Amino acid sequence: MRILVAMSGGVDSSVVAALLKRQGHEVIGATLQLYDHGGPAKAGACCAGRDIMDARMVAERIGFPHYVIDAESRFRESVIESFADAYARGETPVPCVACNQGVKFTDLLNMARDLGCEAMATGHYVRRVEGPEGAEMHRPVDRDRDQTWFLFATTREQLEFLRFPLGEMPDKAHVRALAEELGLDVATKRDSQDICFVTNGSYAGLVERMRPEIEGPGDIVDEDGNVLGRHEGIARYTVGQSRRLGDIHTGTGERQMVTAIDVSSRRIIVGPRQKLTSDESRRVVRLRDMNWLIDAPEEGVRCGVQLRAREGLRQALVRPLEGNRAEVRLEESALPAPGQACVMYEGDRVLGGGFILADR
Amino acid sequence: MVQGTSLREGPVYLDANATEPLRPAAREAMLAGLEQTGNPASVHAAGRKTRIMLEEARRRIAAAFGREADGCVFTSGGTEADTLALHALGRAEGRCILVGATEHDAIRRAVPEAGLIPVDGQGVIDRAALEAMLVAHGAAGDGPGPLVCIMAANNETGVHAPLRDVAALCRQHGAFLHVDAVQAAGRMQEQDEFSLALKDGSLAGASLALSAHKMGGPKGAGALLLPEDRPLAPLLPGGGQERGRRGGTPALASHMGMAAALEDSRMQDWSVLAALRDELEAVMVEAGVIIMGHGAARLPNTVSAVLPGVAAQMQLMALDIEGYCVSAGSACSSGKVARSHVLEAMGQGEAAGQAIRVSLPWNVRAGDVRSFGRAYGLMARRFAERGLLKRPTPMWGGPVTHEG
Repeated sequence: MRILVAMSGGVDSSVVAALLKRQGHEVIGATLQLYDHGGPAKAGACCAGRDIMDARMVAERIGFPHYVIDAESRFRESVIESFADAYARGETPVPCVACNQGVKFTDLLNMARDLGCEAMATGHYVRRVEGPEGAEMHRPVDRDRDQTWFLFATTREQLEFLRFPLGEMPDKAHVRALAEELGLDVATKRDSQDICFVTNGSYAGLVERMRPEIEGPGDIVDEDGNVLGRHEGIARYTVGQSRRLGDIHTGTGERQMVTAIDVSSRRIIVGPRQKLTSDESRRVVRLRDMNWLIDAPEEGVRCGVQLRAREGLRQALVRPLEGNRAEVRLEESALPAPGQACVMYEGDRVLGGGFILADR
Repeated sequence: MVQGTSLREGPVYLDANATEPLRPAAREAMLAGLEQTGNPASVHAAGRKTRIMLEEARRRIAAAFGREADGCVFTSGGTEADTLALHALGRAEGRCILVGATEHDAIRRAVPEAGLIPVDGQGVIDRAALEAMLVAHGAAGDGPGPLVCIMAANNETGVHAPLRDVAALCRQHGAFLHVDAVQAAGRMQEQDEFSLALKDGSLAGASLALSAHKMGGPKGAGALLLPEDRPLAPLLPGGGQERGRRGGTPALASHMGMAAALEDSRMQDWSVLAALRDELEAVMVEAGVIIMGHGAARLPNTVSAVLPGVAAQMQLMALDIEGYCVSAGSACSSGKVARSHVLEAMGQGEAAGQAIRVSLPWNVRAGDVRSFGRAYGLMARRFAERGLLKRPTPMWGGPVTHEG
């Protein structure tokens, strides 16, 4: 079939493209130019990043057409600006979810359909399983590289059209060996890390340049408003974190955690970890912009939920609410960060998910 | 989309304005040049032999435009010829510079400070506006007259500039005229504006920039034709080659290829291409396309086509997948497609992101043009079925960036 492969220039998506080509498919490669890659070229010049060139070389070597799609303005609006907006609201966004949801699985996927493709493949580590009611999303064989949490917002319609060949790979070494075998120069290329558009320095620095109104130090206070210390900027904090609180832990004699971020007063509110993790009132989490990968269960569904990218499952009952929202009743209290994703699992299967709301 | 519209080998090349296929006469001339070892600057027999060959190529190229060999400076291509003219004849002489709003980046990026002469909706230089600019400049001071830079034919639309009128205005107001003849020089028809302006002496005082590969010669060779034999402040002083006007050993074989290609292009009956082009435009209009610059005199081989609602990049990809090489306004080094500054200058708004350029090469086959027309029609119909002609395509509305 004619299949579009979203290529980043890295080893994973290169292997996907080469594998599909070897299986006899008509492969079309596409690389999104998402932001100015900096480097020696001046701003405004369109410089091909190293990754774009790598993707091109792979396509030329394997023998299929490859195109560079200018998605800069769309990426800026839908990912980078909303990333900064979220921090300015005191939330902790997940830009990779926004990118997969918009630029990749909406725009690029539409383009694939417009080009007469029957499917679109990516180098993500998730498994697509044909179920009795259509395509399902499952955790990959290689649990170390599981990306299901980042792809929870993929709609069922998108999932029907998508393919994730790397979901079946036992481990990264296997992928690199395949790249070697397929003759790809990118076989030994380093994996990408962190947030792609934060090219120099910290994400917080970028947010503060984009939203200067939230830049600058402020007070760290307890739940009664007593000042316990100072912080260097609210963009550096996430609800649930214990780091960057200076000597407050020793000062109060208890390990402290961030419980809230008050943007208007620029205050970081903390509380003692021990007390918070046993606080009965912290068992309910509300979600917005739900994406269900099963038919939304009116009476709710018992499942495991994952509240952060790298965290274990917590048992919960998730019930849909009006306005595409949901209520999560956790069996044990937790401190989820507003803006992060709450993804539901049943065994290996992703049932859906939503974004954590600030209110409780 | 339809598969295997014909039993041809390889893609159909319809991007001549990017580069023309090499003409056999040029290839032959180049092979003769490549046989030679000597450096044209050397005193010995081998050097003298290549010098004669180089000067012969220079004489033939100049003669094709009614010029003396002395005013022909060989360069690495059109960009260098344009840049040399703008620097040596413009900036170095303290002239203020005025360029057409639809000029190529070779011009626009060389003189970002230049005043822009507007064009009308067909892409034709606005003569009244040019006159007003020249009058304003004349009233402002007593420095040297401005340098006016106009392309003889536009690379995207093929639209010819009204060179005789422009030249008359320049003469009248003491301005120097530089003509970017890169696209026009190898596709001249007896009655086109560039030919007429050369014939009646309108361009006797103007400099001309030429590029070999747009004529069916090799890439990497060009020339600046000066109105008279005169010294120039070189961009590359080097060893004083080209009589101190352009340093570096000249690319003998390439300049020989250029002379041969130019002469070969003059023997071509371009009305055959023009008829094929007209036939293709009719088919494309049938498919829903709007032809840019249709009301103006144009090169015989160029089609600038807007399919409303469909991003240029989408059309390029769909056609490439089917085996047709065409282009859009401005492809950058990374391969992403930007909006056309030419169509923007023509006031075409949205259309600037939805235009593709089909430019027939000198050796195009009628069957290939017709199969392209059919493939285009099928593509347009499929896009219409998918509602693309109405649906906005947000991802390609990016900022205007040009390169290459």
